[in-house]
Amino acid sequence: MKVEIEDKNESVVTITVNKENDVKTTVFSLFFIEVYSLSYFTLRFFKEVFTPPYEFKELIKQSFLIGYKSLALISITGFIIGLVLTIQSRPTLAKFGAVSWLPAMVAVSIVREIGPVISALIFAGKVGSGIGAELASMNVTEQIDAMQVSGANPFKYLFVTRVLAATLMLPILVVFADTFGLLGSYVAVNLKDYVSLHLYFSLIFQSLEFKDIVPSMIKTVFFGFAIGLIGAYKGYTSNKGTEGVGKAANSAVVLASLMVFIIDMIAVQITSLLQD
Amino acid sequence: MHIDLMISEDTQTAKNSSPVRTCVIEMRNIKKTFGKNEVLKNINLVLNEQENLVVLGKSGTGKSVLIKCIVGLVVPDSGELFLFGQDTSTLRKNALEEVRRKIGFLFQSGALYDSMSVRENLEFPLRRQSGEYGREKLNELVTESLQNVGLSEAIDKNPSELSGGMRKRLGLARTLILKPEIMLYDEPTTGLDPITAREISNLILDIQKKYNTSSIIITHDVQCAKLTANRIIVINEGVCAVEGTFDVLASSEDPWIGSFFE
Ligand SMILES: Nc1ncnc2c1ncn2[C@@H]1O[C@H](COP(=O)(O)OP(=O)(O)OP(=O)(O)O)[C@@H](O)[C@H]1O
Ligand SMILES: [Mg+2]
Repeated sequence: MKVEIEDKNESVVTITVNKENDVKTTVFSLFFIEVYSLSYFTLRFFKEVFTPPYEFKELIKQSFLIGYKSLALISITGFIIGLVLTIQSRPTLAKFGAVSWLPAMVAVSIVREIGPVISALIFAGKVGSGIGAELASMNVTEQIDAMQVSGANPFKYLFVTRVLAATLMLPILVVFADTFGLLGSYVAVNLKDYVSLHLYFSLIFQSLEFKDIVPSMIKTVFFGFAIGLIGAYKGYTSNKGTEGVGKAANSAVVLASLMVFIIDMIAVQITSLLQD
Repeated sequence: MHIDLMISEDTQTAKNSSPVRTCVIEMRNIKKTFGKNEVLKNINLVLNEQENLVVLGKSGTGKSVLIKCIVGLVVPDSGELFLFGQDTSTLRKNALEEVRRKIGFLFQSGALYDSMSVRENLEFPLRRQSGEYGREKLNELVTESLQNVGLSEAIDKNPSELSGGMRKRLGLARTLILKPEIMLYDEPTTGLDPITAREISNLILDIQKKYNTSSIIITHDVQCAKLTANRIIVINEGVCAVEGTFDVLASSEDPWIGSFFE
């Protein structure tokens, strides 16, 4: 079996695995090859993102496409999650006579965890796969090669702009998701009791602290970066064939979603360490 | 005696008034393997200045791979490549890019940017060259290159709205807009009706006259080869098997060579 990952005309990895039948060796080495080439592309991203010329126009266009087009979906999801979470939590809190804690509890769970993670998963499904499929189909139809021979830098124009756009847009989307989540929660609270919007939000902001908001926003930057990077990487290095497009989109979503949970796990460790 | 000879040679070239032809591309012993598939075994090829070289060969013999080696989209396993007399293996990355910028490549599939309009497709390569172009200069160049290929009315369309022949012509316009000194055409007439194919072949000739380009033309189309070729080579099993002018090859007794010209 031969594995070859190319960064256009520069071969990143060319590894020949001899034992064809040894499944363990193959899966194992494939994993490390993937890690290696993903690290290579990450490094290359950081190298190119700081060297001119900058593709501002394309960055803005991609930010618009990535951000604006996911706004409605993420806001609606946030709203529903806030609503459902509130309705579900109410009976438990009522048992302890702590219904007045409902807004605070829901707000903390939305802002700290549910808003960022749910948005990131939706973002991975929509944007990660979109970037993967788009770049893969440009690869199949030789558009990336055509950019290369016309003296453009396709890595900068396609890869860097998309990763940056994803990194910048996800935090903004998460703010929307959180806001709509809290609104959903407000609606749910008002199904049973009457609380004014003003009172509701002052209850929430009493309970939310700096240390709830800032770490979760930092976390989303990493989510966005990972999703953009994995989508772009999968598309950019896809096989030249129509099946390559589907595979790139699919594996982008799977890997990006997994990365979201891994980053989340690391983030929770770091924040709890820092807060002690 | 010796001096005499030199003088007479000199005067001869002056009389013929044909400039001494320098070679712009030279490939020596180029090899390329994909996995177990030995595509190019030993390619030796020369393209002279202002020459149209037609490359023939069965499908899958590595004709596209061959010209991709020239622009660096495929890196050969071994062998030497000279562009404009410079050995590419000794050139620094920037210098190599500079040299390759003078080579235009028409993709077999067109490779049009389908997220951009026709105008943006043409502006894309211009905007990424070192010299900045103003709005007016951009418009002028875009209009000129569309006129060259007779596609002026399609300027605000999307590539997906164009027919096969129009796509080929747009691909051609996009390549020509950078005024390359060498053009590499990968099957410019495949999939077109005979009339459009002839138009494209004539376009290739016009371009060569207008901009004094040297070209390598890969084709299966005998008409196109007949119209454009100064010289023809046939690739078989990874080597340049046969070389000659159209008339010589077309009248060949060899049934295998003849089969390309039916
Ligand atoms: N990137 C690649 N990876 C692996 N194999 C490749 C690659 N590019 C080309 N090949 C193989 O090289 C061989 C030659 O391909 P190439 O596209 O050059 O053929 P061609 O002569 O241009 O054929 P056609 O006339 O059909 O265009 C084919 O067998 C193809 O499978
Ligand atoms: Mg081909």
